Order: sequence, then C-alpha cells, then structure tokens
Amino acid sequence: MQTPSNDVVLERCIQLIAKSRKVAPETISPDTSFESLGADSLDMINLSFEVEELFDVQIPDDALSSIHTVQDMAKGVSDLIAAKPSVPVEKQA
Amino acid sequence: MNLPARRVVITGAGCVTAIGNSVAEFCESLFASRSGLAPIELRPEQKLNFSSVAQVKDFSPENLLPSALLLLTERSAQFGMVAAKQAVEESQLFPAYPPESVAVVMGCAVGGREADEPEVVKLYNRQGRVHPFTVPRVMASSGASQISILFGITGPVLNFSTACASSAHAFGHAFHMIRAGMVDAALAGGHEAPLTYGFLKAWEAMRVVSAAGCKPFSAARDGMTLGEGGAVLVLEEREHALERGALIYAEVCGFGMSSDAFHITQPRPAGPASAMRNALRDAQLHPADVSYINAHGTGTEANDRAEAEAIREVFGESGHPPVSSTKAQHGHTIGAAGAIEALATMLALKHRRLPVSVGAEPPDPALRLNLIHASADFTPSAAMSNSFAFGGLNASLLFRCHE
Repeated sequence: MQTPSNDVVLERCIQLIAKSRKVAPETISPDTSFESLGADSLDMINLSFEVEELFDVQIPDDALSSIHTVQDMAKGVSDLIAAKPSVPVEKQA
Repeated sequence: MNLPARRVVITGAGCVTAIGNSVAEFCESLFASRSGLAPIELRPEQKLNFSSVAQVKDFSPENLLPSALLLLTERSAQFGMVAAKQAVEESQLFPAYPPESVAVVMGCAVGGREADEPEVVKLYNRQGRVHPFTVPRVMASSGASQISILFGITGPVLNFSTACASSAHAFGHAFHMIRAGMVDAALAGGHEAPLTYGFLKAWEAMRVVSAAGCKPFSAARDGMTLGEGGAVLVLEEREHALERGALIYAEVCGFGMSSDAFHITQPRPAGPASAMRNALRDAQLHPADVSYINAHGTGTEANDRAEAEAIREVFGESGHPPVSSTKAQHGHTIGAAGAIEALATMLALKHRRLPVSVGAEPPDPALRLNLIHASADFTPSAAMSNSFAFGGLNASLLFRCHE
C-alpha cells in the first residue's frame, strides 16, 4: 500500500473524529477544535488510540498536549508517517 | 441523651439476573422455582470440565444507559447501573433527597474481567495494544462510581471487595450508615460478570465447580455453579420514607459480621454462627423470631456442611426456621450474591411465600436442615440472608415485614 497523502490523512481523521464525537463529518473542518467538540482529556486519549491503530503510528505522550485542532492531529500523524523508516501500511478504517 | 433509633426500610429494587432482568421477572421465576442454569456459550475450542453457568440473557444496556457511560464501562458495572436505574425509578428517590444525603454502597469482588482478559490476550500474543479505557473499565469500584455519576449522588460512594460476601457487606454497611445518621438514603447492592474463559478456568482448577449444575444441600451435590448479574436496593430512613409516602417493601433490621481467621478457602462453622448471632443481637431479635433463612448454600461439600452446622448451632437442632438456597436458580454471582439473595429474601417477606431450595432433592440427611422442598405461604416475621466468603469473611442480614 502507498503512503497516504496529507489530504487523505486529514479526511480519515475527520471521519474518525466525527464517528467518535457523533457529529456529521461535514461539520468538522481542519480548524475545528476538540474543545468545541466537547472532547475531554479521556476522549483525547481514546481518539489518539484510534488514530494510532488506524495509521500504525505512536503519538508520543508529550505531543498529545499540543493537539488542539483537527489539523494539529492530522499534521502530527502525517509527520509520524513520514518519519517511519519503512513504507507504512494503512490499516482498514 | 438518648436519641430515638433511626429505622431503615427498602423502598425500591432493581436487578439483572439469569432468572430475570427486572424485579417482576425475577420474582416470578423465584417462586416458580425456575432455574437460570444453562450450558455456557463459549467458542468451541475453549474446553471446560463443567457445562453449566447462570448467564444473563437479552441484556441491552445500550437502550438503557447514556452512550458516554457505556464506553467507559463493561458488563459488570453495567449490570449494577441498570439495576440501580430500575431501583431509583421505582423508589422516586430523586428529587425527594438532596444528592449529598445519599450514599452508593456496592459490592464487586472480581472487577471488569470482560474488559481485562481480551486486552491481556492481545498483548501477550502481540496482536495489538491495550485499550486506553481498560483501567476505568476494569476497576472493581467502577460500578459504584458510575452509579454516582449517573444520578449525581455526592454522598459517600464505596465498593466492598470481600469475595462472595461483598454485596452483603455493602448492604449491611449502607444500613448502618443510615441508622447512624451519616446519610438518609442509600443505593446498596452489587454486580459481577465473572463468566470469562480465563476466570472460569481458574475456578475449574480449584475443583469446586459442579459438572452439570449446583444442588445445594443435596446428598448429590458436587460443587457450585458460577453466575453473573447485579441487584440494587434503595434504603431509606423510615420516617423520611413514610413522610413522602414511599412504597415500602420491608425493613432492614440487623447486620452481623465475623471472620473465621482460619483458612483462605476452607470454612469453619464458628465464624458463620457468630455472624448470625451478631445480626440477631443487632436487630434485638431472638432466634425464634426468624421465620426464613436464605442460606449462602453454594452446593460445595464444605460450605453446605459448615453452614448447616452453624444454623443448627444458632437456631437449634430441631425447630429451626425453614431454609433454602436460591443459587440453583441464579447461580453463585460472587460479589453480587449477597444483593441478589437479599432481594430474594425481601420478596419472600413481601409476598409471604417461601422460595424452594431448588436442587436439594434428595437432601443430605447428615445436614439435618429444615429445607423448603415445595413453595408455601408462610406467616413471616423476620428473615435472614447469609453470605460467607472465601477467606472466612462472613455477613448475615436480617429483614422484617413492614406494617
């Protein structure tokens, strides 16, 4: 499988966040904050776990506190994918 | 100065069990001597030396609980939450009581095995990572906390983990907390979901599980049968309950505890006898005042022998009250056992009907117990519920009719 583009990562993140927060994906933009979606610290841990499972990456503990918007999360994931030594395998959503 | 003694009554009940997912269903099954024991549903490759468990059927918490709480809980806590919801709705406890005057006192010994075992298997087989909600789902106090969150209860919230006596200890302490004036009402009960493959294998290894289903007090008994479920009762200070016109099931009038200080699995009659005597003293009742005993009655050789001896010691060799174990109906639910059996005992008083000791035929003549072989009406006075745990942790509860 190919490395997903940044746009694909963003779109996948939006789909996952929308499902988790029980809102329509159309209501989520890159600038949407997790606070505005009512996500608390436990929700953020769960979302990060799901994103990690989806893209086979590991978000460092200290990076979690700097993720405030959907774009923050998507960019962080894209950077982690790019930093991986081998071709990443995108898992089934 | 002698303050007038506060009395405690039961004003609501809820349950999820192998013989009914509501008090109405449980009550009907109880007096119809219906058994919830059935072949266990596990994947075929998972072999066990026994086939019978008491499993809850048709449990749909997603229709009953908020999705945010469902995500953070597993089956055990969900049993407790659903039972608590039924009990609170029946009692109409809120808004009658300010949330800080209410306690939640639960019993759960095993914790959330259903959330724990699959994660551990994934981890050990290198097939995945542990879900981040595993800790809040697994902790034994999850049910007590989530019940407090569900209803906004801000009084004391506790979970007792005293093995098979957990929810009897929880119930007794809730009773004493109200009587002492610490709180005015409490949700008291327990929940357990111990029917996971790893935990069942651990019980199998102890060689105390019946091959085909428990037969408490029978000459043919060959062990216990594990079950799952939850029960919650609403306890209130009597004057408050009367003032607001609450439905009153029965009065809680005594609680006795003791420990064997003897062995981690083997029972000894002195401990259970002491708990029963302490409950009678607490209630200021005589043995002759008790007209029914819901026994711990697990169906193991050792428990039934020790409990029978203790009952005869406290209540007399002959003329002791009628005795039944209801575990051949709802199984041994470990931390939930005391609560489910308190419910059965309370229903016996309310309906003036004795539950049969299902599976006791043919009775073990060596036990010399006055076992209930056919359901019968009776004139109830007080009734006792016994819970005796591994490690010699004993609890006896006493109830009486409320007139």
